[in-house]
Amino acid sequence: MTDVLPARPTTDLTADEPPVTGRRPRDRGDSTRTPAWLYVVLTVGLVVVVVPFVWMLLSSFKPEAEVRATPPSFWPETVTLSNYDTLFTRLDFPTYLFNSVVVALAVTAGNMIFCSMLGYALAKLDFPGKKALFAVVLGTLMVPGVVTFVPLFVMVTKMQLSNSLLGLILPFLAGPFGVFLMRQYILSLPDELIQAARIDGAGELRIFFSVMLPLCGPALATLGILTFLASWNNFLWPLVVAQTEDKYTLPVALALYSVGQNATQFGLLLAGAVVVVLPVLAIFLVLQRHIMQGIAMTGIK
Amino acid sequence: MATATAVAKGGTPSRPVDPTRRAQAVAGWVLALPFVVLFLAFTAGPVLASLGMSFTDFRRADIRSPLAVQFVGLSNYADLIQDPLFRKVTLNTLLYLLLGVPLTMAAALAAAVGINRLNRFKGLFRVAFYLPVVTSIVAVSVVWKFLYRHHGGLFNTALGWVGIDGPNWLDNTHLALPSLVLMAVWRNFGALMVIFLAGLATIPREISEAAEVDGAGGWSRFRYVTLPMLRPTLLFGAVITGIGYLQFFEEAFVMTQGGPLDATRSVTYFTYDQFGFGNFGYAAAASYLLFLAVVLLTYVQFRWLGERDDRPRRRTRQEVTS
Repeated sequence: MTDVLPARPTTDLTADEPPVTGRRPRDRGDSTRTPAWLYVVLTVGLVVVVVPFVWMLLSSFKPEAEVRATPPSFWPETVTLSNYDTLFTRLDFPTYLFNSVVVALAVTAGNMIFCSMLGYALAKLDFPGKKALFAVVLGTLMVPGVVTFVPLFVMVTKMQLSNSLLGLILPFLAGPFGVFLMRQYILSLPDELIQAARIDGAGELRIFFSVMLPLCGPALATLGILTFLASWNNFLWPLVVAQTEDKYTLPVALALYSVGQNATQFGLLLAGAVVVVLPVLAIFLVLQRHIMQGIAMTGIK
Repeated sequence: MATATAVAKGGTPSRPVDPTRRAQAVAGWVLALPFVVLFLAFTAGPVLASLGMSFTDFRRADIRSPLAVQFVGLSNYADLIQDPLFRKVTLNTLLYLLLGVPLTMAAALAAAVGINRLNRFKGLFRVAFYLPVVTSIVAVSVVWKFLYRHHGGLFNTALGWVGIDGPNWLDNTHLALPSLVLMAVWRNFGALMVIFLAGLATIPREISEAAEVDGAGGWSRFRYVTLPMLRPTLLFGAVITGIGYLQFFEEAFVMTQGGPLDATRSVTYFTYDQFGFGNFGYAAAASYLLFLAVVLLTYVQFRWLGERDDRPRRRTRQEVTS
């Protein structure tokens, strides 16, 4: 199982350089060779990728009759906020939004703390059982969520935590991905800092919290964003654990509405999709540098 | 000096106590402990419990009285293999994998090679193609369900412009699964593209230039320089994508509810259904067969793509775990 992990060099962030700063000599040498048709083809691809999102956003502002019209309109003929009004006043979207945010923030905080602790220990400390521990953690990196959810459900029910936010959070508080990412990053930090701190008489835990952790900013940012996105989009476990509407997260609510009694209210569902997708797209567009870095660092989204 | 140390060390049965080493060992475990506790309880434990459960007749009612659970050996697995629905969902899942992985790889490779040749707007295209990857599958499924509508969907409207009467994509037993695959390609190719771009960046320009000097055209350079150099990255991409596609569930849940006539029901969907019926042991067995497929896929792809790769850049276990 450990074989699936790439040994991507942590320093290789070439793929991350935006074009503005990335004017290296070899780019210049290539500058005469970009054919125009390539821009055309890629632009067509870009339209294909973006149109579903644009159509989703535009349609969410249309009245129901216009959403259902054949042929469909692209630009709204009548602009209305009624779909959003229904979501947030008649339906319980504020609660789902709150649940999604709380769960994602808690899961993110947990992974940032626990994974950096173990990641540091695995990268820089020598302790018995270290290799075995790393192998076991990596071995579970590819375990599908569907494999664990049945016994997890039994356990969470036994702990009286089913249908609670804690039940949604606990199983995801510490995942193998974060350990791998943090370890890879911390490996690249110089050992001399640790040795110097030891000579100065700092204890091992103090070295981690005061010397090394402050240097982990970039990796922590990447881990935080990726964990937040994964938790925000997580579906199977919340679907299983959240049994009453007041514990739904956004994806669970949207999925159940789309197959339930609201299945035919197209405008409403598209507005719901906007509520799920828009925060994530905004986070990505603002912080995409960190996300791309994380992928370059680990090869795993 | 070296000999003296060796002799001295050989003379003492145990290592001399080094205060730094002991402090490190203690600190190492203190730092590892919170993760290890959570990990054992919520990941490693359930992985093993699921296996154990798959050999029992555990049902929902048994949560209260676990002592009533009977050991049934391999009978859950035997029943699964006989179950026509499980056979169908296995076939669907394999079809999804076999259609989805090559298409996603092709789209991602084309995008990566294209973007790599640009000298302007590289970042723009990379970010745009990556957008769908960060979005919820549930949400994009809701959107695509409307794009696929028989009347008034964006696809059939576009087909209508060129005089084609579009089919009812999601209500057709032959088209429903490929329709889901198409959406998966759209959503996932950006993730692979970024990985391929990183791979392309590691190919030294000189090799491609040397081939050009030797008279190799664009296609030859791609076929005989880029592709072989990219092999480890392609392999990794195929494995990651395949593992993801083996678990498809959300798009079917939202867009087709597994229909029409179970044409889009996957192994994960089957497991979820059995869980819903209260057949926990049976569900666990189904999920373990999927797990087995994930492990097998990883292994087979590494054998198939890795074996012919005789270059020293091949990643080894030592490189990864050291």
